[in-house]
Amino acid sequence: MADYRELWQKLGMDLEKHDALCEALPQLYGGVYLSQENRPEGMNYYNFVVSEVHGLRIKELDDHKTQGGKVVGTFCIFVPDELILAAGAIGVGLCAGSQFWIEDGEKVLPRNICPLVKAFTGAKLSGTCPYFQSCDMIIGETTCDAKKKAWEILDEYVDTYVMDLPQMKREKDYKKWAEEIYDLKDRLEKLTGNAITEEKLHESIKLCNQKRKVLQRLYNARKALNVPISGKDALLISQIAFYDNPERFIEMTNKLCDELEERIEKGISVNKEGDKRILISGTPMAVPNWKIHHIIETSGAVVVAEETCTGTRYFENLVDETPTTMDGMIKALADRYLKINCACFTPNKGREEDIIRLAKEYKADGVIYNSLQFCHTYNIEYTKVEKALKEAGIPVLFIESDYSNDDVGQIKTRVEAFLEMIG
Amino acid sequence: MISIGIDIGSVCAKAAAYDGKNMYLFMQPTGWNLKKTGEELYRKILEISGGYETDVVGIVGTGYGRVSIPFATKKVTEITCHAKGAVYLNPTTRTIIDVGGQDSKAISIDDKGNVLDFIMNDKCAAGTGRFLQVMAHVLEVEVDELEHLAAQSAPRDINSMCAVFAESEVISLLAAGATKESIASGILHSISNKIAHIANRIKIRDSVFFTGGVSKNEQIRTILEKKLKCTIYTHENAQFAGAVGAALLGYEVRS
Repeated sequence: MADYRELWQKLGMDLEKHDALCEALPQLYGGVYLSQENRPEGMNYYNFVVSEVHGLRIKELDDHKTQGGKVVGTFCIFVPDELILAAGAIGVGLCAGSQFWIEDGEKVLPRNICPLVKAFTGAKLSGTCPYFQSCDMIIGETTCDAKKKAWEILDEYVDTYVMDLPQMKREKDYKKWAEEIYDLKDRLEKLTGNAITEEKLHESIKLCNQKRKVLQRLYNARKALNVPISGKDALLISQIAFYDNPERFIEMTNKLCDELEERIEKGISVNKEGDKRILISGTPMAVPNWKIHHIIETSGAVVVAEETCTGTRYFENLVDETPTTMDGMIKALADRYLKINCACFTPNKGREEDIIRLAKEYKADGVIYNSLQFCHTYNIEYTKVEKALKEAGIPVLFIESDYSNDDVGQIKTRVEAFLEMIG
Repeated sequence: MISIGIDIGSVCAKAAAYDGKNMYLFMQPTGWNLKKTGEELYRKILEISGGYETDVVGIVGTGYGRVSIPFATKKVTEITCHAKGAVYLNPTTRTIIDVGGQDSKAISIDDKGNVLDFIMNDKCAAGTGRFLQVMAHVLEVEVDELEHLAAQSAPRDINSMCAVFAESEVISLLAAGATKESIASGILHSISNKIAHIANRIKIRDSVFFTGGVSKNEQIRTILEKKLKCTIYTHENAQFAGAVGAALLGYEVRS
């Protein structure tokens, strides 16, 4: 990696602390990723992205800012990227998946809340995430109580705009969500000084759909009996989708998919005979949270899909490209985004149906339901999901965990016992 | 033909040898050197069984220390092994409550000893033998003495589910003049609550079989019977269920 210290300094980062963060990544990445056998060639691009995670992409954001452009951070897949792009801004999904940030987050937040919220708050407070530091504004949403209240604290450090996400899916909720999207449009126009025209919005709708399509293509490849790519690698690609340049990401991921489809034809796979196929369901896994996938894939199983925000929920359903008027496009956006079945909604029967459908589509032998610690909505929803899965004859294991490593031994025992049980 | 099962738990390491007819058992403290413990167990149990190394057809490692038995021919989790072992010790078993040194689990099984469902505690120590160790330390008694002390008094309420908070609670109770006996009784009720909480998360079917080091405590078994409204069986060798299951699995593979 080139020397980016000057750039990091300009972003007001705590260089010493940041060094400590950067030191841990190569070893972690090496152990989890580079140790895998028989990886597709195309993963080299993503290896490169990770090796430059706080470098090259940050430089691109900086160049964009130097030319007067804005950078906007998001935390949730309900926030429509289309508007950010149409306003000529760059959107970055802020990851918040490291134990490293928990300590700083706990300086202002209670300990008994979700690690994701503690981590993103800690990332900002400690000044060690160059993406966060590059953001001119962040867009929060009201998906859970911990986030809702954390925005008020974050707003003291960075301009924080909050979208009010409805928690039911009635006709009036769709209307309300469309209004929220309109409000975001105004706010982004004010931030960037650029008008979001019908033409620009239509272009960005098409671009984001392209990104969804390539991720759908990637996931389709995982349905093959000879799985051409590990769950860990697929997860990494999803995670990178949140902050990479969209055009480049689409191009490189399509290239990888060509290779994966070729592998399927030739029968080259990452799984061994007898390896169980696992569907993950639950809360998002932000970089560098590869914990559960790593445990599963070193225990004689392969993860074939993720029903998570860093999985199918991110790319299922396209935005209707037919409308070209502003009203029509905003409505199309509201309709697509509100279709996401997140546990913050009540009722949320659609999610049970999604999990059962995905388990069948991906020929999963079992489901591992993974919830972040203290994530009330996903934790509680397990009771309903478990019942539905058992009725459908699909074995399921529940794991509640955070970013720390102290429960890895126990989780491994449970995962292995689960695999022995369904074996 | 002899199959050997080695179950290295956080406190005790257990070994079983099975020759198709007899089951031989041996146990020692785990200690800090798991690899050495595993080797010692292997030598001891072979000696006890009167067999020769050339008779050994399989060595199955289980327990949290299963990764530290390099000579094991197979590694199987303690959940699968307990299921096999419990049915061997008590053929009518359909539900296992296993409470060891650092974890507790409830396992639902079929008549062949196959696992149907299981639930295991998270990283919290409240429903495990570790909880008893911490509490005994505060009372300055041995873990084995808790039962005797508790039998002499009605329990004082210990409400904290967390081992660390419960420790503070016990210290406050002592400061307020509560007797050791009433606290010991409270401790046994507290751990039973936590175990019952785990057991209630799976479907409890008869017979219920109590295994692990904590199963030696008669009072906990009695309290659990009242809480779960069922008869709970145990066995003098219930602590060996994992090692027995491991030995049986090794034998099954070969025969």
